[in-house]
Amino acid sequence: MKNKYEVVIGLEVHSQIKTETKVFCNCSTDFHSQPNTNICPVCTGQPGVLPVLNKKAVELLVRTALALDCSINKKSVFARKQYFYPDLPKNYQISQYELPFAEHGKLNISVDGQTKNIGITRIHLEEDAGKLLHEIGSRQLDCSLADYNRTGIPLMEIVSEPDMRSPKEAAAYLTALKNLIEYIETSDCNMEEGKFRCDANISIRPAGQKEFGTKAELKNMNSISGVEEALEYEVQRQIETVENGGKIIQETRTWDTNEKVTKSMRSKENAHDYRYFPDPDLVPVNLDDNFIENIKATIPELPGKRKERLIQEYGLTEYDANVIISDKALVNYYETALNNASKDAENTAKLIANWLTTELLGKLNNAKITIKESPVKAEYLGQLVTFILKGTISGKIAKTVFEEMFNTNKDPETIIKEKGLIQISDENEIIKICQEAIDESPKAVAEYKSGKERAVGAIVGLVMKKSKGKANPQMVNKILIDLLK
Amino acid sequence: MNEIIKMSATTLAEKIKNKELTSVEVTQSFIKRAKETDPKIKAYISITEEYAINQAKESDKKIASGAKIGELEGVPIAIKDNILIENVKMTASSKILENYTAPYDATVIEKLKKAGAVFVGKTNLDEFAMGSSTENSAFFTTKNPWNTEHIPGGSSGGSASAVSAMTAPLALGTDTGGSIRQPASCCGIVGLKPTYGRVSRFGAVAFASSLDQIGPMSKTVEDAALLLNIIAGFDKKDSTSINVPVPNYLDTIKQDIKGLKIGLPKEYFIDGLDPDVKKSIEKAIEIYKKSGAEFVEISLPHTDYAVAVYYIICCSEASANLARYDGVRYGFRAECDNLLDEYQKSRGQGFGSEVKRRIMLGTYALSAGYYDAYYGKAQKVRTLIKQDFENAFKTVDLILTPSSPTPAFKIGEKSSDPLQMYLSDIFTISCNLAAVPGMSIPCGFSEKGIPIGMQLLAKNFDEQTMFKAAYSYQQATDWHKQFPNI
Repeated sequence: MKNKYEVVIGLEVHSQIKTETKVFCNCSTDFHSQPNTNICPVCTGQPGVLPVLNKKAVELLVRTALALDCSINKKSVFARKQYFYPDLPKNYQISQYELPFAEHGKLNISVDGQTKNIGITRIHLEEDAGKLLHEIGSRQLDCSLADYNRTGIPLMEIVSEPDMRSPKEAAAYLTALKNLIEYIETSDCNMEEGKFRCDANISIRPAGQKEFGTKAELKNMNSISGVEEALEYEVQRQIETVENGGKIIQETRTWDTNEKVTKSMRSKENAHDYRYFPDPDLVPVNLDDNFIENIKATIPELPGKRKERLIQEYGLTEYDANVIISDKALVNYYETALNNASKDAENTAKLIANWLTTELLGKLNNAKITIKESPVKAEYLGQLVTFILKGTISGKIAKTVFEEMFNTNKDPETIIKEKGLIQISDENEIIKICQEAIDESPKAVAEYKSGKERAVGAIVGLVMKKSKGKANPQMVNKILIDLLK
Repeated sequence: MNEIIKMSATTLAEKIKNKELTSVEVTQSFIKRAKETDPKIKAYISITEEYAINQAKESDKKIASGAKIGELEGVPIAIKDNILIENVKMTASSKILENYTAPYDATVIEKLKKAGAVFVGKTNLDEFAMGSSTENSAFFTTKNPWNTEHIPGGSSGGSASAVSAMTAPLALGTDTGGSIRQPASCCGIVGLKPTYGRVSRFGAVAFASSLDQIGPMSKTVEDAALLLNIIAGFDKKDSTSINVPVPNYLDTIKQDIKGLKIGLPKEYFIDGLDPDVKKSIEKAIEIYKKSGAEFVEISLPHTDYAVAVYYIICCSEASANLARYDGVRYGFRAECDNLLDEYQKSRGQGFGSEVKRRIMLGTYALSAGYYDAYYGKAQKVRTLIKQDFENAFKTVDLILTPSSPTPAFKIGEKSSDPLQMYLSDIFTISCNLAAVPGMSIPCGFSEKGIPIGMQLLAKNFDEQTMFKAAYSYQQATDWHKQFPNI
């Protein structure tokens, strides 16, 4: 059934621009402040106030736009978007309409090994609204409380082309976008704090048809997986509607996170007429080439480029590289670890990647903490791998050390010394332990000598037990076989 | 009559500085006058006596101690009640803000405080500055001190009356389409709308953001220059204020006007012009000629469209600017059952009919499907009107017109006919659309003894030439030395 239809998805992302102060006044943007403490006459819409543009917000938006290959409009204009709601003090939002800061960009995504460019229609700057509270905990209030701390916080609205063809692609786009923005540090992209929000436009059309179907706009998804789930549901709903002879109507639907369904909010007939017009309080913004070039010069290596480098320079697999670049903190961690490890061995880079993606990420996931909060410092992981490569400890002992590092935050050298875990690589000492083990294992020796080569395993086990696992395994094998000749 | 209240602000500042008068003495004189005459004139929404006396005492202390003083140290000024003074009530003459106390100082107020001015009261206006007579005030209509049956003009009618009735030597007004110049003309005083961007709008209640300017109102041209010296200048809190150096307007005010070229726009000297107005303007032209000015007929060909363009633009902007008055965070909130009810009742009961009319007009003009035909088109014609002035100023230094087609009409005469009311602005609104500075100065009286004003218009940021010409005229006449008998 699904193949009969093609899904068309476009996304609108609101990402909070990482500025210290609000976009049109000097109030703090701190998320954790008490309600209505980061407010002033300007952001509460008192009579007579005027907005003054925060230049930093423009810089960060342009930085984002350049990272998304957009063209920057030399002249852009702010517009008033008018609607009444108690979280909007002026009852209009300062936004952009006809001349946004940036247009015509693209973002590369990869799904199931296939890469694809998603077009960016435009990026514009606008102010956020406040927050309304209708309940405290589970207690329903008989009034609504308004918190204007968030009012006037700068947002960049990033509008995509309707280029995505599945909920999975939509999720990949959001992941890539979030990742990119985190790389260039223009937003914290914290979805729980509402710093990265997404609305989705979705329609279906018979496979092969050129014209778009009627779209629905989905709101209220609080996570990337939520967006994917809501889109999956909506695809099904639209297909079923059409299959049952119904018609899709243009409407705004809200995602109910508990019931896992989308519900109609308002139809096109009830859509707002926002009565946009250029804001006469703000003059048009003219960005010169110098301004744009200066910002361009500050853009760091972006995820796509960095992935190429991990593969080419360090010989990582595409899979490992993808995992590592999926988070800027992770790839920074990786490269710090690598810089702190011995470069003598050829497989250092690969070994660190393995330790990072399997051991450390596994433990972090179990403990539900992020790489930034990792108890194992990147330097220490580099040192640990160096100890392995130099033969100071065995791979097996290394796991014990790593466990200890994770639990105690200590560096590997301290742990190895404290616990006396240095590998025994002294030939005479190993010969001594091996001889003891041979003497205590007459049965295994006899079996070995009768041709059962596997019987040596029992003697190796005894050597390791006697050395508390510290004997160099390769040397033990070699010496035992010599002694048993 | 106490001689103090007849003195110009320039004289008062001088006498206070020289310790011939104390600020408290001066302030008390004006407040006493206000208490005597204002029950009849009703220029003030509030007389801020305690506030003013405290300021006056501070000024006197400063002067006594020999500390550095401001250019207006100890001199009283009345403030139109749509300009915010921190901790003082600010109503914009609207029920919706009846009990609103300003949480901050407007930039002009900050500047005046620094200059040492004393705020004696908040003056009446048409609600949200929408009107030409103060009849749209939610509280009361101000009377013309020259004849209390007549309107004082508007919307800064309270400020004009206050200066004319000698309850303050100076006042601030705001001018969106003539709201300083038309009442100045009606009350026989000087009123100036500066170039758009010359004075910060921060802290003046927005009516139509692209047209609003704060400006001085006074008895003499010199006083207006003194006041503009203080309030003019770029303000980083107002993105539309323009960073052009502010000259000292008093430095050039007394310069000779010989050879000055003054344009007379033929579109302004129309058939409907009141004969008394016409006569006064003709006399003024003769006086200018004697002073050496030259007159040429000019054309501002798009004048006919100005009223229509003005009302589309100002109503559109007002419809958005006034959206914030919803009773949610401050101001009047009606008894209500739910959110929609709250909006409808608070705004329905809180705004007067003229304000509602303009909000509806503006909302309509910006609506989907109408925007291009109204707001979009109006902006294009506004550009043409601007070009009219640019072209005219290629050949002349100033433009002279009547300030209003008639002397102040009677209270109630036009209040039932908004269109007639709108036409009383026809000579003043083009100036706001073109952003150029304009000024009304008294130039005579009608046969019934109602003042008549003439308007001077200048190039952008050329208030200097305007002051020079106005001063020259005032030196040659004595209209500013006449006082209403109340």
